[in-house]
Amino acid sequence: MTDVLHNVSPPVAPSMAPPREFVHIEKVGMTFATKKGPFVALRDIDLVVRRGEFVALIGHSGCGKSTLLNLVAGLLAPSHGVLLCAGREIAGPGPERGVVFQNHSLLPWLSCFDNVHLAVERVFGATESKADLKRRTHEALGLVGLAHAEHKFPHEISGGMKQRVGIARALAMQPKVLLLDEPFGALDALTRARLQDELVRIVAATGSTVLMVTHDVDEAVLLSDRIVMMTNGPAATIGGIVHVDLPRPRERVELAGNAHYHRYRTEVLEFLYRRQGHVEEAA
Amino acid sequence: MATASLAAGAASDTRPVAVGRVTPIRPPAGAAVPVDPADDPEGLARRQRAEKEARRLAQREALRPIVLAVLPPLLGFVLFIGIWTVIAQATPELPPPAKVWRSALNLFADPFYRKGPNDQGIGWNILNSLQRVGVGFGLAAAIGIPLGFILGRFTFLNAMASPVISLLRPVSPLAWLPIGLLVFKAANPAAIWVIFISSIWPMIINTAVGVQRVPQDYLNVARVLNLSEWKVVTRILFPATLPYVLTGIRLSIGVAWLVIVAAEMLTGGVGIGFWVWDEWNNLNVEHIIIAIFVVGIVGLLLEQALLLVARRFNYA
Repeated sequence: MTDVLHNVSPPVAPSMAPPREFVHIEKVGMTFATKKGPFVALRDIDLVVRRGEFVALIGHSGCGKSTLLNLVAGLLAPSHGVLLCAGREIAGPGPERGVVFQNHSLLPWLSCFDNVHLAVERVFGATESKADLKRRTHEALGLVGLAHAEHKFPHEISGGMKQRVGIARALAMQPKVLLLDEPFGALDALTRARLQDELVRIVAATGSTVLMVTHDVDEAVLLSDRIVMMTNGPAATIGGIVHVDLPRPRERVELAGNAHYHRYRTEVLEFLYRRQGHVEEAA
Repeated sequence: MATASLAAGAASDTRPVAVGRVTPIRPPAGAAVPVDPADDPEGLARRQRAEKEARRLAQREALRPIVLAVLPPLLGFVLFIGIWTVIAQATPELPPPAKVWRSALNLFADPFYRKGPNDQGIGWNILNSLQRVGVGFGLAAAIGIPLGFILGRFTFLNAMASPVISLLRPVSPLAWLPIGLLVFKAANPAAIWVIFISSIWPMIINTAVGVQRVPQDYLNVARVLNLSEWKVVTRILFPATLPYVLTGIRLSIGVAWLVIVAAEMLTGGVGIGFWVWDEWNNLNVEHIIIAIFVVGIVGLLLEQALLLVARRFNYA
């Protein structure tokens, strides 16, 4: 197990002290052209994500949090401002940013193994042997606990397992940043809790930087170092940031009786339902 | 007779299922009345009767779907043959079903004889028609499917091609025959040409639509994984489009088989269409009716075979 973790964790160059700031979002705005004219989805977003940090984006639906994630992923280009990753401008998707989609987005005609292998092949195919690529795929699936199901097809496994394959696919590319778009949104509460714990374990093991979109307050407080709270759209922006200063590893049952945990939780709830409560009007 | 054997087969098939359904009820019933059956012979008999009744009900219940699946089509055929018989009695030119059946038995007793170029067995005629359809349809697929991919992928080319396609698609297949005769100066290639031109459109259109309808999620995966254009085509576009392509193929085969009879009537040679025309000249109406059934059955088989293939590639 330790061997597996060692292999999947990103290589760390000890000689170079990498800058703490890793993802820069500077004065970013996003305007979509629609049939009814321009629609301002995001404006004036300024955010810096540090290396190894776990940042959650939270807000009501339609507030543009997924848009912001897609901007960092490079699937969208901003109308205003600049996004940087590791000092380079984000001009499109790149293997240093692994994305886990909300609806898992596995290719239904490929087995779990082949779904992950597709990503591995693209990133490491030029430099590594076929056996190495296979080993990486096995390890990524092993990391999410699906080594036994790797030859199953997506329609043969449960929703939670599909999402785990999606995470394995993103992790297998050894991204420097993991971008998660409501990864557990479609799952039942028990499965979600288990996958959250797994994510915590994987992030701790790989030292990944994570940017995660969620609408689940408990999930945000349990997982994050910082919670970025978005105002309601249109023209959404960052309404406030909560620093979650809870020691790790965090244990969900213990946290249930933790006063700090409740304070953070209340703070986010306060923002979402008192200050940004008019979600029906906005939608 | 067919019904009897079907019903018997169904009954023997369903018996184990029926027993399986009844047995789970027994242990709780036994547990609820902890009396030794020997002490209570009347209760035992009653229980056995109830059990038998339940088994009979379960059996009937299991038979229901089979009966419901078989009965309506069977009734449909019976009605069809009944109407046919009535009409045949009213019009002496139209042979009744029994006469056609005898004629068919006779015909299919030796389907592969050859007595000169214009007198060959029904088997040869069917095979020749199938071959023409195969060649014409194969060429249409070889050109239509790649073309559909290109049109689906490039909006500009699609906008260029779609008015021309819209104009040519509704043209009656046989209107293309003179062009074929003119260009190829022979009957057989002209017939193949007609099959080709009339069966190419569904494949182009369905493939193009399929490519356009590839879910954005899959294309996002392609972008996030930074896949090469080749991988995008082989791993995402092609598999995602395949169900649409197969629908196009199925429609095309249907059209091709529909058109072959008419084309062969005009071009002659050996083939089911020409055979119909030949039998018309011989005033052999039984054979014409047999040909109609043969064309229908072969078309049905082609369709079913392709549906089977399509089911294999249904990923949902």
